[in-house]
Amino acid sequence: MSELIRVKHLTKDFKEIKAVNDLSFAVTAGQVYGFLGQNGAGKSTTIRMLLTLIKPTSGEIEMFGMDLSKHRKDILRQVGAIIERPDLYKYLTALENLRIFAAMSGVRIPEKKLMDQLAMVGLAERADSKVKTYSQGMKQRLGIAIALVHDPQLIILDEPTNGLDPQGIADIRNLILLLRKEMGKTLLISSHLLSEMELIADSMIIIDKGKKLVEGKVNELFDPAETIVELKTTDDKGTYEKLQGSSLKGFVKGLRNDCILLKLHRDQIPALVNDLVQMNVAIVSFHSKHSLEDYFLSLTTGKEYVEAITN
Amino acid sequence: MWKLLQIELFKIFKRPRTYIAFGAIAAVVLLFQIGMKFDGKTYLDLILNNVSDSFEVDDTFKGKLLNGYFICFAILNILLIQMPLLVALVAGDAIAGEANMGTLRLSLTKPISRTQYMLVKFMASIIYTLLLLIWLAILALFGSMLIFGTNSLVIFRSEIIEQMNSYDVLWRYVAAFGYAAVALTTVSALAFLLSVFAENSIGPIIATMSIVIVFTILSEFNIPLYDKNVKPYLFTTHMVAWKGFFYVQTDAENRTIDGSIQNLPAILRSLGILVIYIVGFVGSAIWIFRKKDILT
Repeated sequence: MSELIRVKHLTKDFKEIKAVNDLSFAVTAGQVYGFLGQNGAGKSTTIRMLLTLIKPTSGEIEMFGMDLSKHRKDILRQVGAIIERPDLYKYLTALENLRIFAAMSGVRIPEKKLMDQLAMVGLAERADSKVKTYSQGMKQRLGIAIALVHDPQLIILDEPTNGLDPQGIADIRNLILLLRKEMGKTLLISSHLLSEMELIADSMIIIDKGKKLVEGKVNELFDPAETIVELKTTDDKGTYEKLQGSSLKGFVKGLRNDCILLKLHRDQIPALVNDLVQMNVAIVSFHSKHSLEDYFLSLTTGKEYVEAITN
Repeated sequence: MWKLLQIELFKIFKRPRTYIAFGAIAAVVLLFQIGMKFDGKTYLDLILNNVSDSFEVDDTFKGKLLNGYFICFAILNILLIQMPLLVALVAGDAIAGEANMGTLRLSLTKPISRTQYMLVKFMASIIYTLLLLIWLAILALFGSMLIFGTNSLVIFRSEIIEQMNSYDVLWRYVAAFGYAAVALTTVSALAFLLSVFAENSIGPIIATMSIVIVFTILSEFNIPLYDKNVKPYLFTTHMVAWKGFFYVQTDAENRTIDGSIQNLPAILRSLGILVIYIVGFVGSAIWIFRKKDILT
């Protein structure tokens, strides 16, 4: 598989602040690449450098095997992007916005194809409505239609689910999977929503304070079967003490004011429930959370998830 | 480039605020024409008070003076001072407005060079300026010609009366409007430069008008120190040089020489200075914008 993006020792300083610090990574063709980090980690700055909105202080960016600083136009012709919010011309209709950005991408696209593009993101019926009448989710979908209108090989989406309701998030997720599976596109997606990334990304990089913490395939970075359990009972404190004196002690990670936290493997859950029943624990709720949060927090803060949330 | 220019013009003329300037010009011109139609002779009396000692004027002559050419000259005298604000409305919004809407970052991820982007934006604001002037010409010149008819143009300077034959006037207006286009483009270029620094269009519009007002006041100072060292370098000093097309030469018998201009080199020098300002403002805007990190 060829590499569509290769970033080497990328650095960006804003006066005394090092927004991106010696960052290197590569994105292979045909994959969804997750770009993860907390707010302010340097994700948007990196993406803006990939899109030539910000000039790097040092380092190299190669895309499609070409140096970005020398072949900007050739590269950007093959890239579609949304950066943070899909801000569009609110006083124009969706179709007019799409037409304008298609022309700016240097391609002549028939009206039929523009309408097809709007249909793909579910906006065909609102094609002639002004964007100022759109909801955030509709704007996001129109932004994606604009990013795709010139049929780019690489799609860069910066926080594409920001501000969306659960349905909107699901729509975007499905669209991303469609782009990858059905259309063979390569996607670089930045997000701070780990659970979303886990569902769509093949590989990911986690950065913090502008530096790479880890990079690799999602299933190699952490054990997806590792689980954090939030257990709520009729008497959390009493149950917590009972558990400390039992064989389950090793799983117990902490007592929070609204639940008990346990960490275990998914296969161990049935046995845990069985033991709790035998101990006459009255369970009110039993919520399993993925260990990706735990992994992420341990990388970015040096603390485990349970430690972070109990403190 | 042509396609991008079409897009820019489409965006400009799709915005309701673009038409404020056209509406304002129409209102001022129309109100002035109505006033002159019903009370033009009183207006003339006020002007003639200054020269009545040396110049006897009867009512028939006043009627001839009050023609379409004269009305247009009076309108230009008033409006060309106010028009920079209208021009700044669009030029000041060119980059700052895009930054404010958030569309700047999306536009700059397209395969267009920043220089090209800036040139197209500036060309669109020049076209807007030209359209404003054409609109002004239609209403103030052709509208007044239609309402008041044509005759010789007589204009009054402090102690001089300039008179041009009817057939010798129209080309002077063409030249004056052409000059005004360059003068207003200078203001447009200034607003455009300031627009690069801002993230909403109010700042560049107010800053442009503040600079124009301060420079205009300085241009009016009658202090010898400023006359030599400051005024010749202010673009506002040269913006009013369009009037030079209506200052004529006379022969030995004090008769106007048709087709003459009193001081063409001075007009051309002023024009050259304005062009230098335009190149300086736009060149600086492009240079700064090319280096700018887009953080909005």
